[in-house]
Amino acid sequence: MSVLQTISLEHLPADYVVHIAVYREVKNSSSLQEQLLAGNTEFEYALIDASVIISKIQAMSAAYRAVNDLVENRLRSRNVHSEIVFSLSPNNNIAETFRRFGITPTTTNLLVIKVSTPSQPFSADAVQEHLTKSIDGTQAEFNDNVIAGMTDLARIRKIYKLNTVGSKPEKGVANAKAERRELEMLIISSMALRGATN
Amino acid sequence: MTSILQYPLPLPPILAHPSSTAPLLITQGAEALLYKSTYLLPSLPCALKYRPRKPYRHPTLDTRLTKHRILSEARLLLKCRKEGVPVPSVYAVDEGQGWLMLEWIEGEVVRVRLNEWLRWRREKGTAEGEEEGELRGLMERIGEAVGMMHGVGVVHGDLTTSNLMLKSREHAEVNDHAEGGEENLLAGEVIIIDLGLASVSRFEEDRAVDLYVLERAFGSTHPRAEGLFEVVLEAYGKSFKGAPIVLKRLEDVRMRGRKRSMLG
Ligand SMILES: Nc1ncnc2c1ncn2[C@@H]1O[C@H](COP(=O)(O)OP(=O)(O)O)[C@@H](O)[C@H]1O
Ligand SMILES: [Mg+2]
Repeated sequence: MSVLQTISLEHLPADYVVHIAVYREVKNSSSLQEQLLAGNTEFEYALIDASVIISKIQAMSAAYRAVNDLVENRLRSRNVHSEIVFSLSPNNNIAETFRRFGITPTTTNLLVIKVSTPSQPFSADAVQEHLTKSIDGTQAEFNDNVIAGMTDLARIRKIYKLNTVGSKPEKGVANAKAERRELEMLIISSMALRGATN
Repeated sequence: MTSILQYPLPLPPILAHPSSTAPLLITQGAEALLYKSTYLLPSLPCALKYRPRKPYRHPTLDTRLTKHRILSEARLLLKCRKEGVPVPSVYAVDEGQGWLMLEWIEGEVVRVRLNEWLRWRREKGTAEGEEEGELRGLMERIGEAVGMMHGVGVVHGDLTTSNLMLKSREHAEVNDHAEGGEENLLAGEVIIIDLGLASVSRFEEDRAVDLYVLERAFGSTHPRAEGLFEVVLEAYGKSFKGAPIVLKRLEDVRMRGRKRSMLG
């Protein structure tokens, strides 16, 4: 049985950690989204459609930026969890970001991130228990292989405007890997420069 | 070898937060400090370029200038990388705090490697002009990389041999050459770094000045390297459509440079 991963990201204050879980074959996405929209505080998670995630590093980058912005007191959205979703965006359009990256009623592959802070600490056990109770799906490991199986590369290319990168791919596994890695790098940079690329 | 400088220094707040290994100061330039550190995970090294406040500058102006420079460098790095120009990728940016976090390039700047190579040849007693294939190969790769950058509309503004890195090959391959033969020293992918003074320009004058600055940089390393600069130019000339006009313009730029130095 897979369980969530708890990560202390480099260069964040020690009492901030992130819990990350992955689910496939999720069947209750629309009710999960309703909980979010209703502002149910029990469901304060970043609920991300895993098809627009290319790697662990991308997910952790979003978490890192959001937590750092929380620490620096400059969140642009409601809370650190919505900020994680916003951090995935290559632009400043918040509504569009949630349509693209957030959970939707048709989401089947789900990435869940929960931030534990000094003022709102959450243990891994407590988070896992609540997720197990709330998500109707199969939990998977948070690793690059699992994520790769969920990625919709065409959609990602479109969202981050990376249509030309590796568009003449040479054949072979090594090249597919290198191409993925290059896309990952460009996605992270696009996130880092959100809205500041002109 | 890169010299590792000692503390105390102005650490950006972000590096004061805990990490698996302590940040290492790599260089201290006039404008920026460059640290080696880690991004997200202990296993992912990064370069953090930090522009500390300048106490002698007006605070408002200082903040504005720093923000502008950080963002400008980050944007141009992304633009280059997107279009296939070999530069480090951007991991994170905090223009307000004055820093830019980049992919760590494992390797050394061309100036350092070139000096090592030249010293190694001297020790071995190799005559100038002999066995220069490796140097020619490097010059060619530099010409191609610079041409690629110019081809996408970016000029560097400070194109020296300290702002070009040679990326070490993957570990497995390095081990094949454990003896450390000379063929190793100038091998590796050329990565263009330090776009702090770069800009978007398609003027042949700006491009020619980039080449001129690079030529002078080679000249100050070693006259022989300057002699082989034609190899850089030859590769550059084939690298994008507008390159031949730039090479013509370079002759004017050289002429003006000579006149200036004659006037003292
Ligand atoms: N991405 C990187 N990876 C590894 N080393 C780097 C990287 N960027 C810069 N360096 C090292 O730090 C030095 C200074 O960085 P640079 O960007 O050139 O700043 P400066 O404006 O101070 O010249 C470089 O000469 C190189 O040795
Ligand atoms: Mg430099």
